[in-house]
Amino acid sequence: MTDAVVRVDDLRKTYRGGVEALRGVSFEIARGETFALLGPNGAGKSTTIEILEGYRDRTSGTVEVLATDPQRGDLDWKARLGIVLQSTGEAPAASVREQLAHFAGFYPNPRDVDEVIAAVGLTDKAKTSIRKLSGGQRRRVDVALGIVGRPELLFLDEPTTGFDPEARRSFWDLIRRLQDEGTTILLTTHYLDEAAELSSRAAIIAGGTVAALGAIHELGGADARVPIVRWRENGVVREERTENPGALVARLSQNGEPERLEIIRPSLEDIYLSFVGTRAEEVDA
Amino acid sequence: MNLLRNGASRVGYEVRGYFRQGDTVFFTFLFPLLMLLIFSVAFSSATFGPPGAELTAAEFYLPGMLAAGLLLSGLQNMSIDIAMERSDGTLKRLGGTPLSPVSYFIGKIGQVLVTGILQSALLILVAVVAFGVEVPTDPGRWLTFAWVFLLGVTTCAILGIGLSALPRTGRSATAVVIPIVLVLQFISGVYIAFSGLPEWLRNVASAFPLKWLAQGMRAVFLPAEFEAVEPSGSWDLPLIALACGLWLVVGLIVVRVTFRWIRKDA
Repeated sequence: MTDAVVRVDDLRKTYRGGVEALRGVSFEIARGETFALLGPNGAGKSTTIEILEGYRDRTSGTVEVLATDPQRGDLDWKARLGIVLQSTGEAPAASVREQLAHFAGFYPNPRDVDEVIAAVGLTDKAKTSIRKLSGGQRRRVDVALGIVGRPELLFLDEPTTGFDPEARRSFWDLIRRLQDEGTTILLTTHYLDEAAELSSRAAIIAGGTVAALGAIHELGGADARVPIVRWRENGVVREERTENPGALVARLSQNGEPERLEIIRPSLEDIYLSFVGTRAEEVDA
Repeated sequence: MNLLRNGASRVGYEVRGYFRQGDTVFFTFLFPLLMLLIFSVAFSSATFGPPGAELTAAEFYLPGMLAAGLLLSGLQNMSIDIAMERSDGTLKRLGGTPLSPVSYFIGKIGQVLVTGILQSALLILVAVVAFGVEVPTDPGRWLTFAWVFLLGVTTCAILGIGLSALPRTGRSATAVVIPIVLVLQFISGVYIAFSGLPEWLRNVASAFPLKWLAQGMRAVFLPAEFEAVEPSGSWDLPLIALACGLWLVVGLIVVRVTFRWIRKDA
């Protein structure tokens, strides 16, 4: 990858008090790519993303974001980033439009404020004080503030928490439009359907290391995706993994209809859980 | 260029936000006015000052309340405001944008200046209209008012920004700041006549800027006879400038060293 927007190599972070949050994380994100960072709470996702955003200093390793070390990122560097933080804490005494117009002014080449408000579906609420919005609507303001500066690289840390299904769909549409414009996106989410829908590649972080890394539909390698055929024989549940489930089912059916027959193709969620589950056991051990 | 343009945009944003928050408007903006009203009404039959130059309660308390206003609009407002902004994620969000901390501070100082000027104007207006206080006509006294006000409000604002690093959370900010502000007001000649305090307490108060600001405001608004009542027998204007200037420098250093958008590794 010659045109990496984000380059992370052997990133380590030990907090004061000795907690090792990251124990050697490496990945790259190419220009225009949407990359998902998956993992359970406390696995190190937020620590990683906050190091990339320049909020935290790393203990060791190499980090480059837009060819800059985030610990030395200046204002011109920040102008090329869009950051949607995980938590929406504050509720300023400003209307949606005032808040966006104010933040747009910080950037050299901002988007049109009303277009951004429309893109997050808050046109009806443009003149409403942010304090009077619901949690999901405030989250949409966060997303709007993240994209108003026309960022080259957008960080989305659990952006759709608190969204209803309809809002999540329109958020996905918005992200696809940003992708079409060439925006590079780093996404963390607990919704694996969202990751599968939006990102081209992903890393699963568990216990401070990268447990799996690759194209989202190949994550975990071919082995993890081998279909499972499950049936009952003499009251015992039997399972077999096979590349040719049809042939196996045909063979089983020769002696009559198998009891409770299922063919299961592992979903991203199954693969995710297999990694997170085994890692969790390792950490506990 | 950008620093100033963004700074100006911050001033407008901050002032609007200030007046939309009912609690700050009451406890910071209107509080000195409330105290002036209470003292003026409660002591309406009493007189203050040396024989031959007696003043009404409103006349006597106006300078102290103006000085208290500088402390509240500057120090109390900034320290609580910024501690809250640090705790609720406002600073973290701003820290992720290309806004310079310098523009942010221009916005804060601008907000303090605008609200401080309005607060002083309101105090003087109410004192004149409701209680018949006569304000000085000598331009020299207004010049003194101008520099005491500007130096005082800036010093208090910078010290407030420095003090905002002290509370660990936004919620504890009021608990940390209010006692400091209250004690300073009691020992610095705002509520109690400074010349009536024991000498050791006067010395303690002299280490802090509010005593000097109150003295400066007395120099502007009280008749010349009151100068002799001051413990040193003089308004000591150069000392006021020196004391406030020193605190301003200390505050600037503290802010430069301690201010961060977020507490890293917290």
